[in-house]
Amino acid sequence: MSIETGTPAEAPAPTSTPEESRQWTARVRHAAESAFPPHQLLPDRQPAYMASWIYVFGVLTVVSLAWVIITGCILAIMGPSWWHVSSAGHLVNSLHLWSVEAFFFFMVIHLWGKFFMAAWRGNRRLTWATGVISFLASVGAAFTGYLSQQNFDSQWISTQAKDGINSTGAGAVWNVLNFGQMLMWHIVLLPIGVAAIAGLHVLLVRRHGIVPPFDESDADPAPATASAIAADEPA
Amino acid sequence: MFLGVLLGALINLNGSGHYIHWGFIQMSVANFVVIVLMIVVFVLAILLPFPKRKRGGQ
Amino acid sequence: MSHHKKPRRFKPDRDVKEWKGAYVPYDILKEAFVAFLAVAVLIVLLAVVFSSPDEPAITLKSWSTIDPVDFAQTAITELDGTSATATYGPPYNSTPDASQHIGFFEPDQWFGVHQPIDTARDFVTGPLQTLPDQPVTEAAIALYQHSTAAQQAAWTTAYEKAVANATDVNGRLHVPAGRYGPVGLMVGSLTAMAQTGGLDGTLLSEGQFYNTNYTKPLLFLADGTYLSDQAQAQHLSGDQWGMMNETGNYPGQAWLWLYTMWYQVSPMNSSANGDLEVWVIMMVLSVGLIFLPFIPILRSVPRWTRVYKLIWRRHYRELAGT
Repeated sequence: MSIETGTPAEAPAPTSTPEESRQWTARVRHAAESAFPPHQLLPDRQPAYMASWIYVFGVLTVVSLAWVIITGCILAIMGPSWWHVSSAGHLVNSLHLWSVEAFFFFMVIHLWGKFFMAAWRGNRRLTWATGVISFLASVGAAFTGYLSQQNFDSQWISTQAKDGINSTGAGAVWNVLNFGQMLMWHIVLLPIGVAAIAGLHVLLVRRHGIVPPFDESDADPAPATASAIAADEPA
Repeated sequence: MFLGVLLGALINLNGSGHYIHWGFIQMSVANFVVIVLMIVVFVLAILLPFPKRKRGGQ
Repeated sequence: MSHHKKPRRFKPDRDVKEWKGAYVPYDILKEAFVAFLAVAVLIVLLAVVFSSPDEPAITLKSWSTIDPVDFAQTAITELDGTSATATYGPPYNSTPDASQHIGFFEPDQWFGVHQPIDTARDFVTGPLQTLPDQPVTEAAIALYQHSTAAQQAAWTTAYEKAVANATDVNGRLHVPAGRYGPVGLMVGSLTAMAQTGGLDGTLLSEGQFYNTNYTKPLLFLADGTYLSDQAQAQHLSGDQWGMMNETGNYPGQAWLWLYTMWYQVSPMNSSANGDLEVWVIMMVLSVGLIFLPFIPILRSVPRWTRVYKLIWRRHYRELAGT
């Protein structure tokens, strides 16, 4: 201990003993460190081929989701009826609606871009899959949002949607006419789900990197060596 | 602050809607505008030049 | 992540040679912050300029006051068990052959009745019996409930015929005379109860103080034509591609375009199992999109359409220059 500052003295990073290496904590830490080295998790550079405005739509989608959540939290502070009786509440509801429209707007453009880049190449299929699942989960989250409005829209959407959902059997448990249930799915379960899947998607992007361009010399694909067909982190 | 402005929207989108009928497709003008905007923004994103950066080496 | 050690054929739509070329500095957190501010400005502009829609909900009170004839016509179908809810099948009741199915696949039936509704009791006699000091109504209900099924059917059929010609006289229901026994009084009382607002509260109640489950009032409302007429006027009906739409001129849910499209197409547009058929189609397509990287031909579309040449044109120019 340093007497003057009360902070622990600088010590070299301890190497794990065999006993510690078997610990869950140590093993999780080692796995996280090797999957996401800090310079890869928060890189300060990107491949030179990333020279197009299409690449900003991923981050635009993420920040739109952030605004959906922030405006949703403000609505949550005052409760689900606030926006019907307060002009400030109606403004926050409008911000929430338009941030959802922006979220889907940017997400679909991002999807189009990633499709035309065939961004699943090089073992990035899970990145693609989590992106599609994020989209599907977001559609569900938006749907429960429409149900939570407590107005004519909610009445019509719920009484119509019940037929589709009941036909699958899910209506036995997931009752779109039950405002309380749908509100809790909208503000608790689905935001956690969407954030978790979107978070995993972003982590996978950091792990595998941005897909390189098509190789124009690959007009006639030939067998390649193992070192060329690796989908690992960029050098 | 700006809350007073928001007692009414500047452009009122309430009232009777406008719809496009094209063959068997029916779409609200609002949705059509959103979809067209998405296509325009996508095309612009691909065509507009991206600012050049100095190479930072490998 | 393990390396692929055994050589396999390079497929340009599945594989890629990882980048060993140049990198440029890029500040992703600053980019995210700028994007965060840009979206903030965008949504504030949109919210201030366009606001958001808020069409008020329809109550049983407003429905029965504005269109007491439709209300009464709906009420009689709830009493005699011919309404959409009464004949729905699971999850509301066990009406035989009501569940949607594709061949043997009938999940609605398999999951069973978990939101039980008895429309005659829950929507008509039950609410009427909560009214205090109504000996005439109570006697009418008792007479109805102690009569044979055949007698009940005769009364309700007669009332349905009569109420088809009913009129709205200053908001009060006027049904032509007929041999419909106690049923006329029951439906008349229910209509009057609805017009005071009492039915909204009673239907919502689940026998407890706090309630958040609107199943009963919503099903009753949806069984009538008043709600769907309002929706039709706002272009929200299924056959108007209404699933995508919002009230007024607001943008709606454009991302539902494909889901609603199948409802406009044969055979789904006229099938009794249309909902389940569309769900299955959309599930298959969704799984297909998730697994697109594995699907030949479809996963080659990006390479064949060559949009990538525009996206990466600077990269290809620099490669050609070196």
